[in-house]
Amino acid sequence: MSSAPAPEALSAPLTVEFPFTRSLGPVQSAFLTGLRERVPLGVRTSDGRVLVPPVEYDPVTAEEIGELVEVAPTGTVTTWAWNPAPRRDQPLSTPFAWVLVRLDGADTALLHALDAPGPEAVHTGMRVRIRWAAERGGAITDIACFEPDDGPDDGPEGRQDDGRDSSAQAAEARPHDGRFADLVTGIVAPARLDYRYSPGRAQTRYLAALAEHKTVGERCPSCRKVYVPPRGACPTCGVATAEQVEVGPRGTVTTYCVVNIKAKNLDIEVPYVYAHIALDGADLALHARIGGIPYDQVRMGLRVEPVWAEGGRYPDHYRPADEPDADYDAYKELL
Amino acid sequence: MPDAPDVPDVAVVAFGQSEHRANTADLSEVEMLLPVLAETLGQVGLTAGETDFTCSGSSDYLAGRAFSFTMALDGVGAWPPISESHVEMDGAWALYEAWVKLRTGEAETALVYSYGKSSPGHLRDVLTRQLDPYYLAPLWPDSVSLAALQAQALIDAGHTDERALAAIAARDRTSAEENPHAQLRGSAPPERLLDADYLVRPLRGHDAPPIGDGAAAVVLAAGDTARRLCTRPAWIRGIDHRVEPHALGVRDLTDSPSTRLAAERAGAFDAPVDTAELHAPFTSQEVVLRKALRLGDDVTVNPSGGALAANPMMAAGLIRIGEVAARIHRGASDRALAHATSGPCLQQNLVAVLEGDPR
Amino acid sequence: MSKEPVAVVGIGQTKHVAARHDVSIAGLVREAAVRALQDARLGWPDIDAVVIGKAPDFFEGVMMPELYLADALGAVGKPMLRVHTAGSVGGSTALVAANLVAARVHRTVLTLAFEKQSESNAMWGLSLPIPFQQPLLAGAGGFFAPHIRAYMRRTGAPDTVGSLVAYKDRRNALKNPYAHLHEHDITLEKVQSSPMLWDPVRYSETCPSSDGACAMILTDRGGAGRSPHPPAWVHGGAMRSEPTLFAGKDFVSPQAGKDCAADVYRQAGIADPRREIDAVEMYVPFSWYEPMWLENLGFAAEGEGWKLTESGVTELDGDLPVNPSGGVLSTNPIGASGMIRFAEAALQVRGQAGEHQVDGARTALGHAYGGGAQFFSMWLVGSEPPTS
Repeated sequence: MSSAPAPEALSAPLTVEFPFTRSLGPVQSAFLTGLRERVPLGVRTSDGRVLVPPVEYDPVTAEEIGELVEVAPTGTVTTWAWNPAPRRDQPLSTPFAWVLVRLDGADTALLHALDAPGPEAVHTGMRVRIRWAAERGGAITDIACFEPDDGPDDGPEGRQDDGRDSSAQAAEARPHDGRFADLVTGIVAPARLDYRYSPGRAQTRYLAALAEHKTVGERCPSCRKVYVPPRGACPTCGVATAEQVEVGPRGTVTTYCVVNIKAKNLDIEVPYVYAHIALDGADLALHARIGGIPYDQVRMGLRVEPVWAEGGRYPDHYRPADEPDADYDAYKELL
Repeated sequence: MPDAPDVPDVAVVAFGQSEHRANTADLSEVEMLLPVLAETLGQVGLTAGETDFTCSGSSDYLAGRAFSFTMALDGVGAWPPISESHVEMDGAWALYEAWVKLRTGEAETALVYSYGKSSPGHLRDVLTRQLDPYYLAPLWPDSVSLAALQAQALIDAGHTDERALAAIAARDRTSAEENPHAQLRGSAPPERLLDADYLVRPLRGHDAPPIGDGAAAVVLAAGDTARRLCTRPAWIRGIDHRVEPHALGVRDLTDSPSTRLAAERAGAFDAPVDTAELHAPFTSQEVVLRKALRLGDDVTVNPSGGALAANPMMAAGLIRIGEVAARIHRGASDRALAHATSGPCLQQNLVAVLEGDPR
Repeated sequence: MSKEPVAVVGIGQTKHVAARHDVSIAGLVREAAVRALQDARLGWPDIDAVVIGKAPDFFEGVMMPELYLADALGAVGKPMLRVHTAGSVGGSTALVAANLVAARVHRTVLTLAFEKQSESNAMWGLSLPIPFQQPLLAGAGGFFAPHIRAYMRRTGAPDTVGSLVAYKDRRNALKNPYAHLHEHDITLEKVQSSPMLWDPVRYSETCPSSDGACAMILTDRGGAGRSPHPPAWVHGGAMRSEPTLFAGKDFVSPQAGKDCAADVYRQAGIADPRREIDAVEMYVPFSWYEPMWLENLGFAAEGEGWKLTESGVTELDGDLPVNPSGGVLSTNPIGASGMIRFAEAALQVRGQAGEHQVDGARTALGHAYGGGAQFFSMWLVGSEPPTS
């Protein structure tokens, strides 16, 4: 066998999506519940700084902190960035500014979106206020975004020597006990990422052969072992494989287990046998289901052959081939 | 802390990298990595599996698959079994782990590699998953937008302006004309760059790194082994890394205290360097780093073109170390600084100082 | 050249449970870290660096979560490393931290590993629908069960050995307040009549899914001198890896495991592990891995491991207690499971294992493995400092 011309490399969409369930702990729980109730909270450190959004541990001293305070829903932009092309899942679907906002009474800034007509309407030092989401359930998105506030502007020049703005100095954080009815203790954070997966050249060659119901492995030029499925490199020698070798179609069950629990998203009736099969000519076993024989009659050494289903990329399963079992010695090295 | 007399000196003795491309859909990770490993080991006459220690860096989130690094190990020839480790970080930190291993005396040589394929996913979205999962990630603030917030803070503070940022981009991409591995080479003059639309204001396309795929590898060796393998080893005189608070709103975005501290600990300020490779994926971040590292105009910055010419995630930091080492190997530098970063707006930074023996 | 001796002076764990609904991810890791600091009577400023490990980021859906955890772990202004070597990561993480001390880069290092499995679902993270690949047909246990059958075929071990391991580990867990599973009414009959999930693996022979964290403080000779409690000393530590799948791979007794153990014994001067080691914490996610690892780690000749289990040698009061803590079979916050093995070994030689203390334990092995039985990390700890 020799190298076949390379088929066009395959690729296909891969969506990675999960609704993560996140428990919050006391400080984050109070903050997000506060947002639901339109009460912006911060946390005071032992040296008197007010952190908004409140974190559980002091970034400077690493101390655990939990003394909650209420701050104002208004604040000052400390920096901004105009986002002309919002991406999926971002707070606003029309062009907006990302802003860091120091709420009045706070010493640190919160990241969120600012709804403004255009970049000309945004500047560092501008006064903004929270626009609450109409429906709030205890999440950072309970702040729909910020919007320009009519209060006096603080412009970059208006910043005082201590780094605070004049309006912010007027506002003082007030103690808050963090108590709310029906505290939010967790959030569900759905996350979807879209990828385009490419299995690479070796897998593409393998899949192209499978489409013709042939199993084609690749031989290592150094140790001469035949890899099925091929992975592009001989894992023991660290060199590329390219010489193609057709193996099978028959093989030997080297070991197996009987599956008695239904796996999610798999439409296979239990019990069934999941086996390691060393195809004739291959130097390691692949994994497949065994059918065409009662599950409790499958045994190590059973000789099997593939059964293809209409349109299947892989054999649907393997069934007993009409020949005697293989000797243990014949396959024990493949176990 | 002063070295004990018997702690071995460790040097970079070989460095290799892939041709960085926007898309390598024709290759699996290991297919992309394999030639880089072979070429790098080959520089010092080694083959797969021959180093005493191996350490790599990569990220499952780029690949969209859990345990993605286990398949990359196929390219290493881990048989007979090898002493090996992996960090879910840029390869610069894998190099750090290997450096520590060599300093214990348990190993004399180490292979360090890292790789990242950004092309399968949408990097700006993927990197949002790196943020605080309660307050930040649900807003999906993308990496360019976060860098733009930092850039605006620098402009407000009077540290730079859009024209100066364009000049950084033009300089790096012009330097990259000499770098056959670069993904982006050449640039219009800064004035013309300013004609382009904003990507996220105040950043334009030229201020951001190219998104692409690539791999890099380094061989480390200790003491006499390094001298045997390489005519002019690039000795790691110091290496250190530091992290900052995660939230942008508690940091001064115009400064990088972690870089400064890492540089101090790495001995960067003990004597001048002639070259610096900075892992500044955005032009504005070079402004921050130059200040933190006190780099004057007499220092050659990013002769490779830096991360603005090629920024393969998880490898771009390691490449900075490799690039200065390669310059020391060929006598183009005597004392150089390499920097790597990770996290939003330079949250975590590593600084290494490398030297060649006197000529 | 001589390495700096490394001592474990602080150990902290969370109470491992199915879901820690009361804390954030930061709160979880913080709890273990604070307990380790308290054990060592140290504060955050005493820590020079942080080395953190966990299994795949998809398990919590946070990419490189150490960036967000820097504040909670007092890492701000310090070096922070994140290790990921699949299931062996908890052990590898501790070894990377130990090397920082051994190489005299740092004097005192916090190392920590965690998993908060309740944030998602580990099987989801492990079986993302990768195009073109055959779906995993059998779930997590289905990956391991065929190798267990191969072991049984090779050694002729009776079917009941696995249930003996599960029964022992679950009883040991009752003596460990941090263990996840506390099955007070456990009996051997219950184990043996639990549902057969992946024949030959029964439900009671599988590990749970846990939220948990484990932390240790590692320090140099000077730090050990100031320790309020007896330290555990690291006498040997090693990692070994081999490819995921390859022609000639022995899944039952992987060469990487043998080599890793041999390296650790060489460093520690152990000639006969069966006689010289007093307690073992090994990574046994499915019961049958105890006899398999007993052979792989050199405690029994090939084919003989099951006999140690069957004869009670590995019981808490046997002469080679294995998993006195209850092991992974009782507690499995995946990324932390390896570090818990390392920490439990250290607790034994410090004499601080409480009710599951092995009398007079002076030398203990901590073992972790992961991936397709390809990544191994181990350390050997003792109650006395190393002599060389």
